[in-house]
This record gives sequence, structure tokens and C-alpha cells, in this order.
Amino acid sequence: MPRTLAQKLWEAHVIRSAQGEPDLLFVDLHLVHEVTSPQAFEGLRMAGRHVRRPDLTVATTDHNVPTRGGLRSADELSRKQMEVLAENCRAEGIPLHQMGSRRQGIVHVIGPELGLTQPGMLIVCGDSHTSTHGAFGALAFGIGTSEVELVLATQCLPQKRQGDLAVNVTGQLPLGVTAKDIVLGLIGRMGTSAGQGHLVEYGGPTVRGLSMEGRMTVCNMSIEWGAKAGMVAPDDTTFAYVEGRPHAPKGAAWEKALDHWRTLRTDDGAAFDGVIEVDASTLEPHVTWGTTPAQVVPVTGRVPNPHSETDERALRYMDLRPGVALADIAIDRVFIGSCTNARLEDLRAAASVIQGRHVHPKVRAMVVPGSTSVKLAAEKEGLDMVFKAAGFEWRNAGCSMCLGMNPDILAPGERCASTSNRNFEGRQGSGGRTHLMSPPMAAAAALTGHLVDVRELI
Amino acid sequence: MPAPVRLVTGRMAPLDLADVDTDQIIPKQFLKRVERTGYGPYLFYDWRARGGFVLDRPEYAGATVLVAGANFGCGSSREHAPWALRDFGFQAIIAPSFADIFRANCYKTGLLAVTLPDSQVRHLIDLVNEDPSVEVTADLERQVVRGEGFEYPFVIDLFAREMLLQGLDEIALVERHDADISAYEKRRAEWLPAVR
Repeated sequence: MPRTLAQKLWEAHVIRSAQGEPDLLFVDLHLVHEVTSPQAFEGLRMAGRHVRRPDLTVATTDHNVPTRGGLRSADELSRKQMEVLAENCRAEGIPLHQMGSRRQGIVHVIGPELGLTQPGMLIVCGDSHTSTHGAFGALAFGIGTSEVELVLATQCLPQKRQGDLAVNVTGQLPLGVTAKDIVLGLIGRMGTSAGQGHLVEYGGPTVRGLSMEGRMTVCNMSIEWGAKAGMVAPDDTTFAYVEGRPHAPKGAAWEKALDHWRTLRTDDGAAFDGVIEVDASTLEPHVTWGTTPAQVVPVTGRVPNPHSETDERALRYMDLRPGVALADIAIDRVFIGSCTNARLEDLRAAASVIQGRHVHPKVRAMVVPGSTSVKLAAEKEGLDMVFKAAGFEWRNAGCSMCLGMNPDILAPGERCASTSNRNFEGRQGSGGRTHLMSPPMAAAAALTGHLVDVRELI
Repeated sequence: MPAPVRLVTGRMAPLDLADVDTDQIIPKQFLKRVERTGYGPYLFYDWRARGGFVLDRPEYAGATVLVAGANFGCGSSREHAPWALRDFGFQAIIAPSFADIFRANCYKTGLLAVTLPDSQVRHLIDLVNEDPSVEVTADLERQVVRGEGFEYPFVIDLFAREMLLQGLDEIALVERHDADISAYEKRRAEWLPAVR
């Protein structure tokens, strides 16, 4: 019987299946960070348990690391969380890439960079944006802290079977329109919860044409329309990205892996529960106006009339009136960063807009590379100089102002053009207002001091 | 390991909003604790700080059943969200739909997340708006939410139901399958990455 990619990935990880019970799945890679793990390690200790597979577990500090000034500039509680993670990793023999390491970075950026993220794997992490790794043809999803404890103890996870959705993207992306706009446009159409209970496969010629970075951006935001996971079938683009990375298979193992990975595609005739068609050729750069990622319009548009209580609440919080042109909205801050859009390609795209120009005098703009290795690579090609010359702050790697657990936060009332993934109330700082967009769009906003169509600048 | 949950009887608190995300339920500045408890005072912190928040009204003090709008708990995977709801005093949440990770986290925390159709959730909100002292019972064993003159059946994953009813230690359940896990580990492909 023809199977979808998601079904193949699922079935390959079933340890045990019984009527009336969730499938017991094996976890190939468990990524751990400082915020959602301390209670899990504590639970293990209290029960006298240990980590079953420290060799399949990797930790990093990312959520609350300061992006300048080193560990000293972290608040006491954050520092304690980082120390607790380090202690737990030492005690259980888990490799930790912490501040100061060249391998430190946002957990969803370093997994792929290190070659730990590979096609066919089942990857979990106590973070909802774990869906990012699905870009490699992996089954990857976020879990809560109790599940983190369960995976630490057993390397397994009981999971109920999920439905299958396909998103088929066709048509050439117009100039200035990016992977971020594909996924923002999709979420705008689908709403915040249409994906619930489903594994989503993104496909079609436009997705095939995306780089791994672009595919990661799309898969990253799967959770923002409620999906359990998002994935893209692996192809030559995927294999070229993985090959030669520190943890990628080598020699004969590489050839064997490749043979297997080529089978990881949806069979002809396999049935999905639903297929969503997206025509990329008609897309424009998108910007959110509200407080959910689904409250989004093309940058050429206007703030819409409210259709629900949620819309009205969002307008109040964002201090916007219906009918206002997006391009007339002034901004105070720009954040280029996050697991959605802080890889080298994202920084290049933003830098190409900024090159030779200067940040608007009323705007404070910062770049937070997704990982230390992205930062070093960007510096090697001089991107840091482009940003700094334009007036951007060039920071160290971390989650930073995507969720504002470290000192990088918006002041109440400040309005930010952000490349991150969530525009929830207070997400980037209590009272702060977030507009989500692509890196080139955020760069353009930094230059002009207001939301603007990047196509006017390129 | 949560205590068994069979039924929750109590007064309701209405939170008549859709898409309530976990950033609202427990803002990020309170995720820095390394404990599983003590989050109650920070529940909906930013909304409460603005004043006049519904859960702070005296008539809802002591309510144990939160009735909310669709897609409750969307956003981040933070289990701190159900921990905060539990620490605040809620034992059950009734909504037209929940985000997947949040619902799973609720079950692990021993919080009963009950999905009812829009119209029935609306009925409950109308009831509590009219009379905050009205009580409902969420009965997990019989899978119904009932009150004076009504009884609404609900569907819940059977395994999650069993886990809640018995207050089972899921890790211990999985550990029983150690032989299966070991056998699976032996047949994994040799090219798969290991970090040590």
C-alpha cells in the first residue's frame, strides 16, 4: 500500500504497537536546553533513574544566554538555569555546547549544522519549534518537560497516530518574496489551529527549489498553524547540506545512508487527509499586524477590519486602526534572529539590502546570529562589517529577543520588525509590539524606520 | 507522578477568549525556576497586572474549572503553563479545542483538559456569567460534563484517560517494555549519529 513520507517515518520508529494504546516510538536524537529540562532531570534523580542514551542526547544553552557581556550579564536565575544544565549534563554524560563553545547556538540551528539532524530520524526537544528539523525529511516535534523526562529515562515516547496533510507549493517566488512569506501566507489562510493533530508534508516544485535554510524556515513555523510536525522529503539539496558535517555518515556508511534516504518520499497514490495548494507566484512579502501569526497581510495592504474578538483584542494591543496602510506604521526596533531566520543565508539576505545604507536614526536594530558558528562564518565573509557600518548591533548567538528571556527585550509600547516566529502579546517584552516578516523585509524596515515593501529598495 | 483524577466538581471561571497562548498563561520571565511548583502567582501575569482581569474578580475566587475559548494553550511547549494553572487552583479546563502539546502537558500534570463543542462551551460561559456560584462536574470515568439539568458527553484519548484515572507513572509503564526497546536499539541503522 502506498505510504506518505510521514507514515514511513512513523512506522520506522515504532517499537511496539498495541490496540487501544499509543505507539511506542524510538527517539533517535533528543535535544535539550536549559529552560525546559531542569525539572525533568530532577524527576529522574528523585526516582533514582538515569539517562538511558546520553549518546543520543545533546544539550546547549540558548533560551536565556545574554548576547553580549558574557555570562556575567545574565541575571541570577538565568545563570542558575545554565549552571544546573551543565551539572545535569556532567552527571549524566551528555555533551553540552554552552556559552563560549564554537558549537553553541539555538538548538534548532546547531542540530543541522553539526550534521546531527539527518533524513529519516525521529527528533524531539522540549521546544515547540523542533518542527524545524523536519526540513531534512525527519519526524521532529516539540514535547513538554514530563515527556523530556520520559525520553531521558527511556529514549522512547508513546504517541498517538496523527493525520497527514500535504501543502503543495507551485509557481516561482517573485523577487523579494521568501520562504518566510510562503509560510506566513499559508498561516494567514489556514488560521492558528488548522494543523492540529496532523503531520504536514511541504512539497511541490517551489519547496524543491528552496535551500535547506528556506525549508527550515517553513517547517519551523508549522506549529504556528497548530501542526504536530512539518517535513520536506529529502533530495539532493538535503544530501549536499548534510555531507561532510561533523556527525554525518562517512565512506561506505554514507552510501548506505544515501540509499535509504532516497526511499524517504511519499509514494505515488498515497492518500493525505487534505491537500492545500499554494501558488507562490502570486505571493507578496507578508507582515503580521496582530498578535497571532495568522493575523497577517501583504505589506502592500492595510490593517484589516476586525472579524472577531481576537482581532479586536489584537488591534487594541498593537495600537492600530483598521484601514491604516502597513507602510505607514513606524517602528522603533528591528530584530534579525531566531530559529526561524538567523542562519547564514538569512543574514546574507538582510545584509544585501543593507549594504552601503544606514539604519534610520530613530531605530535600534540588532542582529543575533542563530549560532556561534553562523556568527563566525558571517564574520569571515564580512557580513558583521556590513551590519555594523549600517548601525546594527552585532551580537552573540542565542534565542534572544525572539522570546525575551535574556536582557534583549522590547520596552512597553515599542514596536519591532522581527524575523522571529511569534507575535503574541508581550512575547518580545511586556507591552512590546511585534511585526513578523522575512529578513530582507526587517532589514528594509530598519533603513526606512517604518514597515516597507523591500522591493522598493532592491 | 500526578495523583489520580476521577472527577472534578467545582465552580467555573470564564475566560471567553480564543487563541490564548502559553506566553499569556505564564510569561517567559517566570520560566527561570528549576522547580515544578510555585507558578500560581504568575498565571496570566501581564493580563492581571493591567487590572480588572476576569480571574481576579472575587466571584471567581476558588473556581476549579476554567472555561475558555478555542485553541487554548497554543504556542510554546512550556509545561509551566499547566503547572501555573494547577498551582492557581484549576483542576479542569473546558474549551472547544486545545493545542496538541498543551493538552499532552495537561494530562502529565494531572489537569483534566476537556473538549466540548462550541455551543456547549458557550452554554457553560453563559451559565457562569449569570451565576458565578453554579457548579459543574467533569466526570472522567463516565466522560461527561454535567450540571443542573444537562449532561454533555466528551471524547478523550483512552490511554490518556487511563493514565489520569490511575495516576500512573508513564515512565514505569514504558520501562516494562525494556526488552522491546533493547531489541529495537539493536536493529537501528549503523550510520545513525551518536555523540559519544
